[in-house]
Amino acid sequence: MEKKIEIIENIDPSVIYKDLSHPASGGICVFIGAVRDTTQNQKVNSLFFEAYEAMAIKEMEKIAAAASKQWNLNRLIMQHAVGDKKVEEPVVLVGASSAHRDDCFEACRFLIDTLKEKVPIWKKEFFDGNDEVWVTPHP
Amino acid sequence: MKILLFGVAKDIVGNQVLEEPSFKAKNVAELKQELITKYPEFAKLSSLAVAVDEKYACDDRSISAENEIAIIPPVSGG
Repeated sequence: MEKKIEIIENIDPSVIYKDLSHPASGGICVFIGAVRDTTQNQKVNSLFFEAYEAMAIKEMEKIAAAASKQWNLNRLIMQHAVGDKKVEEPVVLVGASSAHRDDCFEACRFLIDTLKEKVPIWKKEFFDGNDEVWVTPHP
Repeated sequence: MKILLFGVAKDIVGNQVLEEPSFKAKNVAELKQELITKYPEFAKLSSLAVAVDEKYACDDRSISAENEIAIIPPVSGG
């Protein structure tokens, strides 16, 4: 399996097809997480992401290895952005390609769920009126 | 002992790195206890993990000055 795992400033979703297409893959599945303008009825202006980069990469490698054991994947990608991100900007991208759709659909769900649970990355929300808060996890 | 801090842990301590010569912890559990004693705000977090050499560490994992130690408050990527 070929893989691409990165912590980067800016995610470019326009190149994802090229990143995941493979002669043996009949299915490609991608999840992109973006900045939403509202959380718990409060207007969000932007998010800030910080990573413990060296460890985050290692944890993402472990998740990718677990996915490749469980499903038959040809290509896999996991990218997370860091820094200030505005509403609608992409902040996380995971995807996989496989011969048939079941493998890449299931792997994609596992990749994002496990990333959110394990990878040492933190987000701070910035609201109207200069309020800011480090986010504690919620679904 | 030098400890890396991220997210809300940075705000609690007021620095990116905590250098605490008075910490005598020999394992992760003792480190968490010393941290909470000095900074009680850590007790209010929904979870408090410690990474040793870029891996999540169990409470009984021994630590020394040679290890890279980081406090991992609740993660919120994605």
